Amino acid sequence: MPTWPEKNNYISSHHARIDGPLKVSGAAKYPSDVQPDGWLYGMVLRSKWAMAKLTKINLDPAMKIPGIKAVVLAPAVEERQKNGSDVTMRYYGEEIAGVAGTSKQACLDALKAIAIEATELPYVVREEDAKEPDAPRVWADTPNLSKPGERSNGDVDKAFGECAAVVEGFYTTPVQIHNPLETHGNTVSWTDEGVTCWASTQGITSVHDGLSQSLKLPASQVRVISEFMGGGFGAKFGPGVEGIIAAQLSKAAKAPVRIMLTRFDQALAVGNRPSSFQKIKLGAKEDGTLHAFDFDNYGTAGVGASGSSEGGGSGVALRAPYIYHVPNTRVKQAGVNVNAGSARAFRAPSCPPSSFGMESIMDDLAVKMGLDPVEFRIKNDTRTPGWEIRQKQYKLGAEKFGWKEKYKKPGSSPGVVKTGVGCAGSAWGGGGRGTRAEAEIHPDGSVEIRCGTQDLGTGTRTYIALIAADIFGLKPEQITVRIGDTRFPPSGGSGGSSTSPSVSPAILDTCRKALEALQQQTGVADARGDHWKAACKKLGVNPLLTQGEWQEGLSSSNTGGVQFAEVDVDTETGFVRVKKVLVVQDGGLILNRLTCESQLNGGVIMGMGYALYEERVMDKNSGVMLNPNFETYKLTGLGDVPEIEIILFDMPERGVIGIGEPSTIPTAAAIANAVANALGVRVNSLPMTPQRILAALGKDKLSVA
Amino acid sequence: MSESSSKDGFSVSRRAFLKTFGTSAAVAATAQVDAVAAELEKANQEKIVGPEAVPITLKVNGKTIKLQVEPRVTLLDALRNMTPLTGTKEVCDRATCGACSMLVDEKLVYSCSMLAIEAQGKKITTVEGLGEPGKLSKVQEAFVEQDALMCGYCTPGFVMSVTALLKQHPKPTEAQVRHACSGNLCRCGTYPRILEAALKAAGVAKISKTEVIAYADVA
Repeated sequence: MPTWPEKNNYISSHHARIDGPLKVSGAAKYPSDVQPDGWLYGMVLRSKWAMAKLTKINLDPAMKIPGIKAVVLAPAVEERQKNGSDVTMRYYGEEIAGVAGTSKQACLDALKAIAIEATELPYVVREEDAKEPDAPRVWADTPNLSKPGERSNGDVDKAFGECAAVVEGFYTTPVQIHNPLETHGNTVSWTDEGVTCWASTQGITSVHDGLSQSLKLPASQVRVISEFMGGGFGAKFGPGVEGIIAAQLSKAAKAPVRIMLTRFDQALAVGNRPSSFQKIKLGAKEDGTLHAFDFDNYGTAGVGASGSSEGGGSGVALRAPYIYHVPNTRVKQAGVNVNAGSARAFRAPSCPPSSFGMESIMDDLAVKMGLDPVEFRIKNDTRTPGWEIRQKQYKLGAEKFGWKEKYKKPGSSPGVVKTGVGCAGSAWGGGGRGTRAEAEIHPDGSVEIRCGTQDLGTGTRTYIALIAADIFGLKPEQITVRIGDTRFPPSGGSGGSSTSPSVSPAILDTCRKALEALQQQTGVADARGDHWKAACKKLGVNPLLTQGEWQEGLSSSNTGGVQFAEVDVDTETGFVRVKKVLVVQDGGLILNRLTCESQLNGGVIMGMGYALYEERVMDKNSGVMLNPNFETYKLTGLGDVPEIEIILFDMPERGVIGIGEPSTIPTAAAIANAVANALGVRVNSLPMTPQRILAALGKDKLSVA
Repeated sequence: MSESSSKDGFSVSRRAFLKTFGTSAAVAATAQVDAVAAELEKANQEKIVGPEAVPITLKVNGKTIKLQVEPRVTLLDALRNMTPLTGTKEVCDRATCGACSMLVDEKLVYSCSMLAIEAQGKKITTVEGLGEPGKLSKVQEAFVEQDALMCGYCTPGFVMSVTALLKQHPKPTEAQVRHACSGNLCRCGTYPRILEAALKAAGVAKISKTEVIAYADVA
């Protein structure tokens, strides 16, 4: 089995990203920036009803708006019309039609001009209302609340009787919106030769396949390009309805069409993290080992996807009891449909809510039993992959954080502003496989590495250059890295933290094979470093092209991580200030420490938003999402960011493991436990807004003197 | 922002004019009512353009750009959609995220909330105007070195905000950087590095605390 070289100049160094200069100067061209000749602006008309039957759609007035070149129906609407079936809109924001024109202003006018008649139908937008038997149904032939998925192990009721202590709790998490700063969208050109799509995507191959299937085009006639993209977080894998509409508009207008969603569109229709309503009962024996666990959860994934299978994608089911070993468990989970946009995978699907529920009740039980929360975790985190790593991380982290000195009896912090500390752990796979790549070595000594992966901002392009530089004995600046094009050797989508463990072994293999081929063909025994140029010159006229692929043994999976948080809570205003987060994370062989640390920072900061600020708010009286913008859907800002200290476990022997997702898993739970430690009462719903903090303190009612 | 200048040297914004008119209404009512009404009419006439596209001239990054735009087109839309200057990003299109920040007459503005026609006669600087690969500005350089970017979509806006800050406060405190960037949002979570980059560009040191520990060395 191949192994990574042991001595490197660049692999595992702190290296600035090679595309940084393009990004800081505005020179990087994102899919929303490309301007192919004759391109048109495109927009999508969306349902303004939470539930309605469309009885008449007249697109003609839109075509009469000056500058408008094409108007099409959304694919699902067109299909239903063709079949003669009802065209029913099931949420505010569902796609009806698309327009393309010479300016955004023309499109705005055209959207207003489309004439629609509709019969409004009863709707339900909130989980707690939707699960009632007499609630309006999202789908007429299916109850909103799905049949729960159930599993159990051991005699749970008997086991609770054997426990020395039992606690119960009800923990809820909100629907969270991805909100990548570049919205979802594509610029699509459909000509006689086929379709070229500049996509803001995490998976050029999945966009390629989606377009080919939806447009009924041979795969060979579809090309997808994504050189840069402005964030995805799990929501950008396919072409999307907006991508199909852009393609149809391009075909009709005989011109390239760009549809980037508006910020509002993005919040309504292209993914979110499902909510959860977790009723948990947990018991431990006298010696502090967990013994019985009862879990009853429901949540919504919007109008459709509400599968109750555990562990990922866009489903509502959580991992329970997450990373802890409990011999007797009963788990029951159901999805509930509401009239709102569907869920999609979201950074570490199912894990942050699982972590919040489980880590909260772990602390509640530790407090009840008078046990130290860190020791209680070490005692019970004994089976889930990564547990040995986490145990060491807890010990090391507690020492660095000053846990023993900082952890006080809950609620014992004096004064109005109370201080508290908390911790939580995470487990994640982070493995990947199946990438191909190629190296083209030119006679002038220049080198191109090509791979059909994409860089989400994680630094893919940069570590490809670092690996090639080390193998060839060159500098990273001497390597030209080309990614984000389906004409390059195929890789997979960037999900599940799988990109680096999938791509980096293929790059190593490709570069090693290329070096060997160069040396063989030119007769130069060692072509690296100083000998490089002379060796390449001997190639003659044609460049040397070598392909390589992913190899077993260079990457693995199952990361462990723990986080500690320290907070101040103002008991008069309900305001939470996170003072410090300590991250102890394993990531196997770290390819680039600088970009790795950036990702860990990012995970913590997104987790802070989940803990304190982010929540989709649905209005039960109008069926409308009330906060599809950044004024009222709050993201963490620079002013909120605490001191973040990172300790990376260096384990190169494990090979490369993805770390994009694990670092966002335990943050909200650690902060919630710190808040509970500060206040002496549990705030059992995320986000922990001032209102919820005050409610937990019994101060939410206005008192009038 | 609403200043408008005419060639004869008469310069008054519509709002300022109305304000003056309001405070001096009592006097005007008796003596100068006709003159004031005439001026008001003139001022209003000067402002009415469109709704069809009108020719405008913008001075961007030292170059003159002539465009034909409807008066309702924002400065952001005009540049992103009608010129190759796409470095400035559209993220929220309603003045909440800062991604569209530009310098207009050296002042930081959200270009999604300024009309292109209002920007005429002003010195406009976009992120492309600060520097380019190979010739980056100090702030841009610091962003690259400190890895103050991930996906990079918020980055041009932050670069503009930090650039504007350093013009005002060449040696800012950490609190001043946080305040200066409070109108910018990032989803990848690059904030700690943006703070470092801003201070580094100003020659003020700030090193984040990270450690790498060999697994074998952990007890």
